[in-house]
Parts: sequence; C-alpha cells; structure tokens
Amino acid sequence: MKLLLWLTFKMKIKKIGENIYEIPKTGKMNVPVRIFASEKILEKIKRDKSIEQGINVACLPGIYGQSIMMPDAHQGYGFPVGGVAAFDVEKGIISPGGIGFDINCGVKLLISDLDRKDVEPKIKKLMNELFDNIPCGVGKDSDLRLSDEDFDEVLNTGLDWALKKKYAVKDDLDRCEENGHMKTADATKISPRARKRGRRQLGTLGAGNHFVDVLYVEEIYDKEIAKIFGIQKEGQIAAMIHSGSRGLGHQTCSDYLRKMEDEFSEIVSKLPEKDLAYAPTDSHLAKDYLGAMSAAANYGWCNRQMIAFKVRKSFDNIFGKVKLDSIYDIAHNIAKVEEYKINGEMKKVYVHRKGATRAFGPGHKEVPKVYRDVGQPILLPGSMGTASYILVGTDKAVNETFSSTAHGAGRVMSRHKASNTFSEEKVKKELEEKNIYLKSASKAGIVQEAPQVYKDIEDVAEVSDSVGIGRKVVKLIPIGVING
Amino acid sequence: MKYKYLQHTADAKFKAFGKDIDEVFVNSALAMFNILGDTSAVKSKKNKKIKINSGNNEQLLYDFLEELLFLFETEKLFLHDVKDLKIGKDFSLTATIVGDDLGNYSLEGDIKAVTYNDMKISKTNKGYEAVVVVDI
Repeated sequence: MKLLLWLTFKMKIKKIGENIYEIPKTGKMNVPVRIFASEKILEKIKRDKSIEQGINVACLPGIYGQSIMMPDAHQGYGFPVGGVAAFDVEKGIISPGGIGFDINCGVKLLISDLDRKDVEPKIKKLMNELFDNIPCGVGKDSDLRLSDEDFDEVLNTGLDWALKKKYAVKDDLDRCEENGHMKTADATKISPRARKRGRRQLGTLGAGNHFVDVLYVEEIYDKEIAKIFGIQKEGQIAAMIHSGSRGLGHQTCSDYLRKMEDEFSEIVSKLPEKDLAYAPTDSHLAKDYLGAMSAAANYGWCNRQMIAFKVRKSFDNIFGKVKLDSIYDIAHNIAKVEEYKINGEMKKVYVHRKGATRAFGPGHKEVPKVYRDVGQPILLPGSMGTASYILVGTDKAVNETFSSTAHGAGRVMSRHKASNTFSEEKVKKELEEKNIYLKSASKAGIVQEAPQVYKDIEDVAEVSDSVGIGRKVVKLIPIGVING
Repeated sequence: MKYKYLQHTADAKFKAFGKDIDEVFVNSALAMFNILGDTSAVKSKKNKKIKINSGNNEQLLYDFLEELLFLFETEKLFLHDVKDLKIGKDFSLTATIVGDDLGNYSLEGDIKAVTYNDMKISKTNKGYEAVVVVDI
C-alpha cells in the first residue's frame, strides 16, 4: 500500500518551468512541494526517500508557500537534507529535525593576496602545517580549556567572545551571517550533557565530510561583484572551512527531539517519522529550543573562527605574514525568524534551512554593508577534489525560495557502498593526477568522501544560477584538502 | 549473524539480531561501533557501568546507543563488548561497557548522533531484530 501511494506521488511530479518541478497539494498536504532540479538531478533525487520526506514536511501545520527541495536534496531523517520550509511564528512550528543534528554546520571562506604560483610549490608543506595545527578526525580534542564563564560567553555571544579573545578581527564579524552572534541565544537551555560534549571541541574540525581546502580562483563570472567580494584575479588563493557545532550541537538536537516527543507525544505518535517531531511555536519548548539552537549556532561560528585563526597562523608560518581576510561565513543547518510577503501581507516566519543556504539579495538589511549593493555571498562547496562556487543572493529568491539556495553537492552514494567501491590508493591517485594534495585523518575519510559519491557540483550551481536563486560569481579549484 | 549494514544514501543504517531484546541491544552497540572501527581489536582495559530509564523499547535503544556515543566522546571509551546487559519490565537498562581508550586505535569514521529514522524493534520467528539509522 505504501509503495502504491509512493508511485502515485512519483507520477504527479509536474514540470512547471525550466529546472522547476512541483508536486501539487493533495491529501494531507497543506502546501505543494517545489523541487529545483535539472532532469538529470531529479532522477537522482527520486532514487531515495527525499521526495517522500518533502511531502511529509508539506503536511506540517503552519507551513507557508511550498515545501522546498534544492538541487542537492537527498534523504535525511524527518526533513530531507537540501530542504527549506517556512512556518508561521505564531501558529506554526519549530522542528529540530528541520535544522539537522549538526546545528550551524556551515562554511567560512578566506581570501588571500597570494597567487597559486606562490603556493603550489609549497602546497605539501602548507597542508602538513595545517594538519598539524588543526585538530581533526574522531576523538581529537582542542588544546583550548575554557572556564565556565568563557563557555557561557561563547554560547551567548558567539564571535563577540572570539573578538574579545583576539581569535577574530572586527572584519570577521562584519562578514559573517548574523555577525556570528544570534541574540536569541540562551546558554541555560543547553543541557549539561551537551556542554560536556562541546567542552573540549571548540576549534576542532571533526570527521566525515568536514574539511579545510586551499583553493585558487579558476574562473570569474562577474568581475564587478567578485571585486566587491575581495577577488581581483584568477589564480588568487583562498581557504575554505567546513565544520559545525560538533558534539554540542548534535546533543542539543537529540535532547530537544526527545523533549518534544515526551511533551507532545500525541502529536508525535501521528507523524510518519519521529524525527519530524516539533513544538508548536507558542509553546515554552519552542522558545527553549530557539534559545538552545541559537547558542549552538554561536558555538558553531566560534568553532569555524577558531579554525580560521589556525589557518591564518599556518599560512604565516609558511609564507611569512599573509593577508587572509574573511569573504563570508554562512550556516547551512539553521532556523531563522525572517519576514516575507505572503498572500499580500508581511508575515514573520521561522525559515528552516537544513542543508540549504540563506541567499539574501541586494539591499537587505542583514547583508553586510560592504556587500549590500550586490547581495549576500553564498558559499557552495563541492566534493573532495572538485570545484566550489561563490554565488550571490538575488531578489528573485525572496519570492521563490524564502531567500534560500543549495548548500553543496549532496550525496548520491552511501558511505557503506563507497567503502566497498573505492580504495584509498585509487582516490589518492585520482586526486594526485589532478594535482590535489590530500591529508586525511582516516582511511574512511578518503574513500567515503570520494568525489563520485556526490552529485555534480557544476549541475547544482547551474540549476541555482539558471533559476535565479543564487547567481554564479566565482569558481574555485582545490589544490590541497584536509579531511577529517 | 549479529548484525548487517543496510543501504542509506547519507548516513549509516543497520539491522541487529538477537534471540531476545537484550541480545539485540548488545548487537546494536557492536554494529554502531564497528562503523567507527574494529571492536574485536579493542582491548578490555576499561569498564563502565551504565543505568538508563526510558518510556518504551525504541526510546530505550535510542538512549542506550546515545549514552555509548556520549561516553565515546567525553570519556574516550571505545567499545569492545557489552556485559551483563539487563532490561527491566519498566524499560530500565543496566549494563557494563567494556573497552579501551580510543586514542590507542585508528578510527574509520565518525557518528554525529543516533536518529529515530526508520527505527524499529520487531519480533521475528527467530527472536528479535532492530533497525537503526545513525547520522554521520
């Protein structure tokens, strides 16, 4: 019966524009599902349960517009990864599963004044230096020991703490989503277990798909905007950091899923998946979760900043004093209160972005002043050994996607299958042939993150660009990769 | 067979077997830790007694696996085996976790969290089985 239902859903995917598909509202759905994908990508998305999960999200109370799926969508738990959903702040819901276990998993991009000609001859030395300075892999702790007061300050004030401690400069805060400090944070809503897990992990990369890349600018699509972002020429060297809020964020998500399951057991028992558990926005638990999620997000920004601090130090150690400025830092697992015109009326909503990136266009007050005329930079990391993109937010995304776009390539192959398909030697050799030097904390990190296990980042960037929800500005190619 | 891994695009999914629920819990723990490394190679140098209370069997399995992850991250306890696991009628669990400091081994992956996704404990004609997805 379930299969039959599923097949009927599949039949109903309608093409409504170039690279835009829709599943009309039927049955218990409150809104349609909108999928941004090319034909090729849609076929891949159809292979797992992501569309079924997108439909489940469309059934949740207080959802506006559409349940949105990005070109990098794949199966998650509860909500699909690569999903965006906006719920009324008063009559809607907030759901930890709509944000993800790794709260404020995200990307920070730094740009240097070095050219690839300066860096390539010393790339091995640089990557070894980075690998030695940044704790990465499973169970690797930070050398930082925080007092209780400091830890609270990290959670409550994010990058303000990092600035005070001189791990950040003012410019890092200016060029960071939320300036790296969500004001809704409340450290008292983080459980002792989550605190304990996060205590020794600030400034650590973690494992899995988390990485530090050294890349060069290969192609500039929009010279004017690139220049405003700090990119002058092809060959310019950048560093990209992908990590999140580590054990603290994971535990916070687990804690609140359980709290919501206990408190709203009636609601949860009727959901198709327990990971869709939510709190109605007018409940005290919704407020508690918002405080905890925001605190975990602040921790996430501090974590990437601490890594950036070490990246700068490593570059200095190899090349002498190097300019390595922030371009931007974005979250791709987060919920935000934002305002949109819905049915002619301005409404406040909780936009849940799970494996999706905020993409504000020109003029938005939350875009840093230096970028406000052109729009917010969007960082779209590729898989290991493939390109990454910098996009720019657009006005169009406001109406199409609650100002959101994709967050990366999106997996197509399970880690288990990857382990059985690829060998460490083969992946390393392939990268070597592309002149990419890889340092990994584990063998699994190499084979499970092989470039072939992801969708093609070029296709994902192309869909975002062609639909107009995030325009291509710069393409970057890696020459060094550190993988947890 | 104690457990087997199932296909899952982004995360890791396994099915654990047992003649009773207690054994399913032990084998679920082994399945989860073998994602991280080879538990059979881990020495029995550390012991840790745990006690958990939950509302039903699925919650209890979730809490049990989550507790193991918590010990892994905060006490660096890499599991070799689970001894004397007992589940009470009120969904309480006691067990002794046996293992060693994770720093002594090379690890092959990370687990961010246990999830409820597709989680199911069911009775079969041979005993019981559990399906678990972990976020990695």
